[in-house]
Amino acid sequence: MICMVVDDSRVVRKVAKRIVQDTGFECVEAENGKEAYELCSQNMPDAILLDWNMPVMSGIEFLEKLRQIEGVKQPKVIFCTTENDVEHIQRAINAGADEYIMKPFDGDIIASKFQQVGLLQAQDKA
Amino acid sequence: MRITDFELYKDILIERSGLTLSPDKSYLLDSRLTPVAKKWGYETMDALSAALRGVPEPGLVDDVVEAMTTNETSFFRDKRPFDTFQETLLPYMIETRARRKSLRIWSAACSSGQEPYSLSMLINDIEQQLAGWRIEITGTDISREILQKAQAGEYSQFEVQRGLPIQLLMKFFEQHESGWKIKDEIRKTVDYKYFNLLDNMAPLGVFDIVYCRNVLIYFDEKTKADVLSRIAQQLEPDGILCLGGAETVLGITDIFKPIPGLRGVYCKSSHTHALENKVSADVAQA
Ligand SMILES: C[S@@+](CC[C@H](N)C(=O)[O-])C[C@H]1O[C@@H](n2cnc3c(N)ncnc32)[C@H](O)[C@@H]1O
Repeated sequence: MICMVVDDSRVVRKVAKRIVQDTGFECVEAENGKEAYELCSQNMPDAILLDWNMPVMSGIEFLEKLRQIEGVKQPKVIFCTTENDVEHIQRAINAGADEYIMKPFDGDIIASKFQQVGLLQAQDKA
Repeated sequence: MRITDFELYKDILIERSGLTLSPDKSYLLDSRLTPVAKKWGYETMDALSAALRGVPEPGLVDDVVEAMTTNETSFFRDKRPFDTFQETLLPYMIETRARRKSLRIWSAACSSGQEPYSLSMLINDIEQQLAGWRIEITGTDISREILQKAQAGEYSQFEVQRGLPIQLLMKFFEQHESGWKIKDEIRKTVDYKYFNLLDNMAPLGVFDIVYCRNVLIYFDEKTKADVLSRIAQQLEPDGILCLGGAETVLGITDIFKPIPGLRGVYCKSSHTHALENKVSADVAQA
């Protein structure tokens, strides 16, 4: 399984990449919506962790374009952004986001959201 | 922490709450009890220990116990028990209680409320089907402080992101400056009470479903068996018990038996439960 991390901050990408890999995914990176879109056109990932505010093309613009692509298995898209108000969240859901993470995040939150969208089995642990 | 002090706290905990304190957890005593000592005006841990050896005020002992509890929890913790509730337990109860149109659920050791609220959100989801029903959800815990938090229904951004699907956050929570508050339509469905699992359970009444998750793990075998047998007395003949992922009745008591195919779900051994056959039939069909 492949997860794409789309964020203009190299630090965030690095942290997210480590968590995503620990969760058992292969990770590809993009630094804005445009680059992500181009990568998706070549090879569609299974999941995308998506920042909102990025230069060149924002996360929401990217998502709207992505959801118009037909004839492919659409990836699960999880927003991952500092935007944490109801309006932004609702807009993301309307645009076709499957889940939403409000930064700051950690490994627990990412694992929990991957479970939510059915990419990870819940573990029975204490 | 001196050895004799460790024994003192170990005894208090087991006697008052059933919690077992193993020597490898003794480091927790200092960090968790220092604030309690301060609150009660004791300058040192030694002074606190001395007070507890005398005739301590009951409030002090309660605070000591409370400080030593682990309140770790999350919405839809481990996910599966809640899928089971939605897909199997709730439909079973609706069918079998169609006449009396009432359902009583107990979240024993509910911590800050995520467990009973998760159940309540799932019930709300099929609200039309339950028109005219009386549904009671009781949440109990030994920590008064954590019960206050449960009752307030206010959670940090971190807490609402563990286990809670974003759609449910949007549907059932309101955003506040410091976090998210669960809406009254859910908040008011849960009745919170202080209750020690070592105490007489009869006043709580009889339940259809009991969630007793991630608390027995802190008890010794004898206490586990005792609590389980008393829970059995508060359950309808076809009532259901749900335990946490690392807990079981096997090897502890014969009063309950697991329902095959439903992990962590138990019924009374004395009862041939309809779900035992139903679930195995579903498995055979699949
Ligand atoms: C780890 S939490 C579990 C919360 C929730 N049931 C879950 O599974 O996420 C354990 C809770 O048990 C409570 N507890 C410990 N001893 C207890 C006792 N003797 N009676 C009632 N509650 C107790 C603690 O205060 C704590 O809130």
